[in-house]
Amino acid sequence: MSSNSNDKAKPKPRIGVFKFASCDGCQLSLLDAEDELLAVAGAVDIAYFPEATRTMLKGPYDIGLVEGSITTHHDAERIQQVRRQCRKLITIGACATAGGIQALRNWKDVDEFVRAVYASPQFISTLKLSTPIAEHVPVDFELRGCPINKYQLIELITATLAGRKPNVPTYSVCMECKRKANVCIAVARGIACLGPVTQAGCGALCPSYDRGCYGCYGPMETPNTPSLTSQLHILGQTDDQISRAFRSFNAWAWPFRKASEESEHS
Amino acid sequence: MTVTGGRTIKVDTLARVEGEGALYIRMAGDRVADVKLKIYEPPRLFEAFLRGRHFSEAPDITARICGICPIAYQMSAVHAIERALGISIDPAVRLLRRLFYCGEWIESHTLHIFMLHAPDYLGYPDVIQMAVDHREVVDKALRLKKIGNRIVHLLGGREIHPISAAVGGFHKTPTRNQLRDLVEDLEWALEASLEAVRWTTTLPFPEFEQDYEFVALRHPDEYPFNEGRLVSNHGIDIEAAEYEDRFTELHVKHSNALHSVIRGRGSYHVGPLARFNLNFDKLPEVARKAATDAGLKLPVRNPFRSITVRAVELVFACAEALRVIREYQPPALPRVEAPNRTGVGHAITEAPRGILYHRYAIDDNGLITAAKIIPPTSQNQRRIEDDLREYAAQLVAWPLEEATLKCEQAVRCYDPCISCATHFLKVVIDRD
Repeated sequence: MSSNSNDKAKPKPRIGVFKFASCDGCQLSLLDAEDELLAVAGAVDIAYFPEATRTMLKGPYDIGLVEGSITTHHDAERIQQVRRQCRKLITIGACATAGGIQALRNWKDVDEFVRAVYASPQFISTLKLSTPIAEHVPVDFELRGCPINKYQLIELITATLAGRKPNVPTYSVCMECKRKANVCIAVARGIACLGPVTQAGCGALCPSYDRGCYGCYGPMETPNTPSLTSQLHILGQTDDQISRAFRSFNAWAWPFRKASEESEHS
Repeated sequence: MTVTGGRTIKVDTLARVEGEGALYIRMAGDRVADVKLKIYEPPRLFEAFLRGRHFSEAPDITARICGICPIAYQMSAVHAIERALGISIDPAVRLLRRLFYCGEWIESHTLHIFMLHAPDYLGYPDVIQMAVDHREVVDKALRLKKIGNRIVHLLGGREIHPISAAVGGFHKTPTRNQLRDLVEDLEWALEASLEAVRWTTTLPFPEFEQDYEFVALRHPDEYPFNEGRLVSNHGIDIEAAEYEDRFTELHVKHSNALHSVIRGRGSYHVGPLARFNLNFDKLPEVARKAATDAGLKLPVRNPFRSITVRAVELVFACAEALRVIREYQPPALPRVEAPNRTGVGHAITEAPRGILYHRYAIDDNGLITAAKIIPPTSQNQRRIEDDLREYAAQLVAWPLEEATLKCEQAVRCYDPCISCATHFLKVVIDRD
């Protein structure tokens, strides 16, 4: 996607987009930035992005955007190669930053899982765990969300190219609810909500649509999950329900993983 | 792309498709000896981990199968579960679900027509390069896509993995005024879609026709989204619950991949061409006229013409969205109660790429005990290989690079979504 390739001016920063086990949604966020797409494509050299272009240029890349979790031996090797080719490596989305929904296998017998889905399990090569990229290689920034917020992605790319810290808040969804002047659905209506322990970024979407936050942006910085678990009990949630609530798209993120296991074993 | 012995078309990473796949075509003389659409996307095992989850979580979880068509997954999930629980939805919710699907079809079809497929016809590697020479077309396409996303955003909260769809209805339903705000955009979108139909007719189409068995939903009164019987042009006419009796998955020696086939027959074709050929009479007048003016004659059997048919479906989706907005009165409640109950439910809905089948078994605590999901791309996969076997034979005299590009274009006619298909196809990780 390198436009103006004859341009003798300063070379544009080269970006690569790499996919591992995922739904494609986070990289689609780039194509969903309809108002910004052509401007972004003008400011950078999109050197590798198979979902969008047949042009596939070799590394090194100034920024590597990595979507998806590691679930196969092959991918565990491939991420090492990708890391070596990228000056800055940014992981995008719950799969890349926390193992994704496919990390539900991590509490189960993956061979039984494979047998449940596939008639000839001997053809399937998969790891017992679905793990985030940072468990395999050093990562320069993790952008949370299932899916990510496209404006946060554009801010992150802009900040990285400018060499400054991106403005991506690590406080909870509750802050966004307060700013939108939402009445608290947990307090006022007794709806179970993970907002108090979940990182902001979605714009307090679920509470704004009359449902509890289900934690798709993963744990906030220093979440108080035991306190929330007690509150969820007071609202009448069972241990099983609480365990399932923590165990979804960011199940393998440590604070949620721990909270889900505590409710499972209590 | 690489050349091996000058006789093999090999594309290691298929571009401008959703998910990761590869293509191998081996020629022996002027004969096509082998065709493999390889899928190396790792399996994520959704059907396994859905077991033990509550049915109310299924629309959110299955949406994550595909970032491009999450609404299709949400719609097949809620309808299958509602059947398992024996609950009926409010007619206003039914309308809203049609509108929701209109939004997804508009954004997904626009993405495919202009950003993934058109660059093939015009000889560009991608839409960014295409925009250098066709800026006005691309600008309009981006606006059209954004309007589709605007519908999804309003009904679902966000474009990717929307959060409002629920078993029994929606978590929150919009007001009439909120929907009316979409009208101006949609009127523009309808005109832009008609223009898109005309624009696609200016593209060069390869001459290639196949005698497909087309499979799609058919509803007595409307172009299908969420309801109808499953029909084909060779006599299939069944309910969703009978799907697994008529269709099965075969183990194919050359690719070690499961391909959906019609029992006793073989491959079939799902998606825009199938819907269009089987439901032309249910299209609104404006879409029928656009199709006729574009020179489409039933049945359309050239897969490369699917780009025009997709544009006709854009016309339909915009017109249908406007109709729904005119008729909409908010439901009394955003959703009906969905009490825990033992049951089995099946549903088929029309994802942008074709029929998407879901089956769930639920226990008396509302927990899922079994799930089966068959996405459109796994149903088209065998058909894609059959097409390539025929089409590559026409290209034996072509320079390899051009033949490769043409074969890629033929694959992209199906708008394959490998991320979806992989989670259900049998996959061999080939490390050659």
